Amino acid sequence: MSPLVKIENLYKSFGNSDVLKDISLEIKKGEVVCIIGPSGSGKTTLARCINFLDTCDSGKITVGNDLIGFKELNGKIKPLNETKTSKQRRNIGMVFQKFNLFSHLNALENITIGPTKVLGTNAKESVDEAKDLLKRVGLEEKCYSYPSQLSGGQQQRVAIARALAMKPILMLFDEPTSALDPETVGEVLEVMKELARGGMTMIIVTHEMGFAKEVADKVVMMDHGQIVEIGSAEKIFSRANNPRTKAFLEMML
Amino acid sequence: MGNLNLDIPFFFEYLFNPPDILLYGVWLTISIAFVAQTLGVIGGLFVALLRMSQRWWLRELGKLYIWIFRGVPLLVQLVIVYTGVAAAGLYKYPDIVIGPFTLSGPMQAAILALSLHEAAYMAEIFRAAISSIDRGQFDAARAVGMSPITAMRWIILPQAIRIVIPPLGNEFTLMIKGTSLLAIIGIRELFGTIQQLNAATFRTFELFVIAAIWYLILITIMGFIQKYVEAYYSKHELPAQQNFKKKYKSRNLLSNNR
Repeated sequence: MSPLVKIENLYKSFGNSDVLKDISLEIKKGEVVCIIGPSGSGKTTLARCINFLDTCDSGKITVGNDLIGFKELNGKIKPLNETKTSKQRRNIGMVFQKFNLFSHLNALENITIGPTKVLGTNAKESVDEAKDLLKRVGLEEKCYSYPSQLSGGQQQRVAIARALAMKPILMLFDEPTSALDPETVGEVLEVMKELARGGMTMIIVTHEMGFAKEVADKVVMMDHGQIVEIGSAEKIFSRANNPRTKAFLEMML
Repeated sequence: MGNLNLDIPFFFEYLFNPPDILLYGVWLTISIAFVAQTLGVIGGLFVALLRMSQRWWLRELGKLYIWIFRGVPLLVQLVIVYTGVAAAGLYKYPDIVIGPFTLSGPMQAAILALSLHEAAYMAEIFRAAISSIDRGQFDAARAVGMSPITAMRWIILPQAIRIVIPPLGNEFTLMIKGTSLLAIIGIRELFGTIQQLNAATFRTFELFVIAAIWYLILITIMGFIQKYVEAYYSKHELPAQQNFKKKYKSRNLLSNNR
């Protein structure tokens, strides 16, 4: 089976500093991949490159059948404009560290706006779906609350529901619990676990080692823009080979 | 004080029982200001989008527009757009008939000049509002697969409008007052009408105080409308405040519930 996500030789630098150096990674359908590593190691940039929110300097990313941000024509690779790239992003859900809920819309509208304005789903159908999704993340009673009335954990769960409403084939999580109060971290992780159990393909940038250990099929350790080590959760957390991985985990655990 | 020349009855007569031409002048002021402001907002949004375009030549075009229309005094623009153009034989405004209304040449020139001038200011207001919106909102809009136009229409502009409203109210008051310049191209709006009445009666002080009162009335009404519109556009912040109030109302020292 060909991988769902294929990242080949990704490079990116800001000025003199390399943010991503020769990143290659393959992710199969249904796999849950956790990306760990010290801050500034390029984890977030990698996640943002996968749906082309950030652009890489060179390299290829394929999600499903789409070459992200580019099209192949007669063997030549041409960049796509933003409108065409936005079509590719429909298949990729993203959850941000700072939630980024649309602040002028209530929880329900945050979820329905994607399907109605992007996919053209009719209003009634998308409202029904949105209510189901809110129920799934345990917030059915918060339909009409605005983001300013929700706690961080609630906002993040709405953000997950918003991403799911587009029926993505891949979900990206960029440090989804880093901006949360400790007591609300659990509720968000619970929703993510549920999602993983349901067979969603997920790429999760995280500092939650316990969570990574529990749900990850594959753990990717990054440092200084490079992938230092890839392995199963069991292998990385109990028998890491690389000294940098060991040092990092010792500090975290 | 021996030469005091005030006609108090004249003042009250014109204030409380204004002649029809004066009321028509007020109506003209309101309608010209409203139409020009509306066109200025639309034009301003367009110029702001030019200013923020990905293409450098569109950005420069936007900058050039703002530079010209913000730099030249409105009075000078008015004279160029109407009298100047006609005097040079470049263009003569034909009357435009729309149903029962006839839009005269000076009116067209007035609306054109006011709108073009206003668009330059609105462009900067829109640009400031749009750039003050959190980058995360753009990211999130892109991440749900919105094209730039969809994101602008449904995510960015609705949030920007809330920020635009207070300065927009300010612009509209300036616009109402700015219409007084139109007298110079022969439009009988409020100021022009007062001038005309003055020429017939020479009660300059009384008449222009009346003009001042009318402008204050218009601007006060404007202020009420602005308040209402602001409240409407910040409705997503309101519920939080209300909840807060509710919570603390039920929690006073005498009640037992905490």
